[in-house]
Amino acid sequence: MKAVCYMGVEKMSVENVPDPKILNPRDAIVRITSTCICGSDLHLYNGFIPTMEQGDIMGHEFMGEVVEVGAGINRDKLKVGDRVVVPFTIACGNCFFCKRQLWSCCNNSNPNYWIAEEMMGYSPSGLFGYTHMLGGYAGGQAQYARVPYADVGPLKLPEGIPDEKLVFLSDIYPTGYFGAVNADIEEGDTVAVWGCGPVAQFAIRSAFMLGAERVIAIDRFEYRLQMARDGGAETINYEEVDDVVQTLKDMTGNIGPDRCIDAVGMEAHDHGLMYMVDRAKQMARIETDRPIALRQAIQACRKGGTVSVPGVYAGFDDKIPLGSFMNKALAMKTGQTHMMRFMKPLLDKVESGEFDPSFVMSHRVPIDEAPQMYKTFRDKKDNCTKVVLDPWADGARAA
Amino acid sequence: MVRTASIQLGDAARGNGQSVVAQRWGALIGGSAVVLYGLTRRSTLGVVLAAAGGTIAYLGATQKSRHSQSSTRTSLLINCTPEQAYRFWRDFENLPRFMNRLESVTVLDDRRSRWVALGPLNRRIKWDTEITGERENEYISWRSLPGSDIQVDGSVEFREAPANRGTLISAYLEFRPSQDTASTLAKFLSKGANFAIRQDLRRLEALLETGEIPTTEGQTHGRRDFVTGVMRVVDPTRPIRPESNLSEVFQARKEIA
Repeated sequence: MKAVCYMGVEKMSVENVPDPKILNPRDAIVRITSTCICGSDLHLYNGFIPTMEQGDIMGHEFMGEVVEVGAGINRDKLKVGDRVVVPFTIACGNCFFCKRQLWSCCNNSNPNYWIAEEMMGYSPSGLFGYTHMLGGYAGGQAQYARVPYADVGPLKLPEGIPDEKLVFLSDIYPTGYFGAVNADIEEGDTVAVWGCGPVAQFAIRSAFMLGAERVIAIDRFEYRLQMARDGGAETINYEEVDDVVQTLKDMTGNIGPDRCIDAVGMEAHDHGLMYMVDRAKQMARIETDRPIALRQAIQACRKGGTVSVPGVYAGFDDKIPLGSFMNKALAMKTGQTHMMRFMKPLLDKVESGEFDPSFVMSHRVPIDEAPQMYKTFRDKKDNCTKVVLDPWADGARAA
Repeated sequence: MVRTASIQLGDAARGNGQSVVAQRWGALIGGSAVVLYGLTRRSTLGVVLAAAGGTIAYLGATQKSRHSQSSTRTSLLINCTPEQAYRFWRDFENLPRFMNRLESVTVLDDRRSRWVALGPLNRRIKWDTEITGERENEYISWRSLPGSDIQVDGSVEFREAPANRGTLISAYLEFRPSQDTASTLAKFLSKGANFAIRQDLRRLEALLETGEIPTTEGQTHGRRDFVTGVMRVVDPTRPIRPESNLSEVFQARKEIA
């Protein structure tokens, strides 16, 4: 089959690899009909998250049709022919954490948990196509994928709704929603969202769903800011203002946004000296992340407010303003998305026509174009917000 | 005083057994005394002394003794009843399903069983064990019998955790060095014992909770580069073995350091 493989930093390649096999009784094999490049894949592309190996298959946002199920799967839960979307977090459904709906903290799904424990104390769940530290599972930017614990994660989908309205249920739509849920939004709140990428776009719309009065979105790309405005947000282009925190104060009656959502994560951009210092430290591997958005979110948040962090951070960060965090009585909530809490209710919104997540998609291309699309997406060229790959498009058939 | 304490510390790092414990306390008490003395001096020298004493006391308190490497005590919370966990464990023939280095366990009679582990170059290490104590759904302890390749004692305890949290399993394993030719093998086994027993218990958790042990071994992938390829050939079960653990962790550390 064809698969997008990591061949080194900034080197992706579409390779012919063996088809996946069932390895455990609760596995299933899915024939993938749509798969996406995620903003968090760019952290791997740029080489900022350790424990990738050459030959690893990328991708954690995919959907398709079940073509094989293991002996341990109850056919009432999943059977050959089912159309499913697969969540990016792998969860066993039986452990302490799964039983408490903390799906992304599953204790059993990461076979390489001990690497993550070295860095984080405890390991989160395994993920598809996202480093050996987080399981080393082959990903879904391919024609087929093996899905472990397939009776827990995959959500069955109705026929008759096109892939582009459903595939984002695999990660970014629930992740944006989870970012807004974690912000503990109350009626009348002003919510500031750092970043206007796909997760942020869903966070903006989810914030309104959850009762926000105003949403202020911060980015530097006009086409992304426009998409945020289309969703009802006011916007700040941070390259056009001296000080984002002061601008937010000026816009909110000097109170500050009640809830701040960092949908940027470890590779934030900014201008000024501090940004150059972070950038140099990250290059020199003395800091894993550039936590610029998080610093601003903490500084800008109103006293007693909430900072929610759906953006991905990998390791150890410098100069986080804990003094501000503590003295302003802030709360912070974060985590990889507990997917199975949100997939079904969010699917319902798509089915009922209440919400159509397909607006974020800017490119739908054959899988063969994936390597260039990583670059286009990373460099924000061609008004790129979200790339959906078609593994079976003409010209993409396996040799 | 500083001098005495630091010599003790040096000895502690090289020593073993009972004396290590005494020397650790020596460093802790000696170091603390220097801190107190330094703090009462209210001078630059006093501050220096206090800092030095603090360092010694800290090192004394955290110094790992050699002794701990041949015995392991750990615990794990598993989402099942004590009865389920006890029954699974009490059938010793189940142990190789989650104890990675065990090739087989054969039950000889109600109390005795024969254990076979794989050492370096797939050399077999055999020992017979005898149950020394047990209480249904609560605990099992065992010891190895004379004539075994290695001397290893163990015990495991099952306790119901509060508020429906499942079962707290506490395991204890002790390797006693033996003098015969197999001692290098025994060393190999006991060397990574801490890590290995914890990994074994995590596999037990997965097995009891989900009915399978998570794996990516044998999954599809693209072309590996030379280094990755060699590592996978040399060490095909890489994520599980402690030696490979070190290399992976070293790799991870290097990247983030």
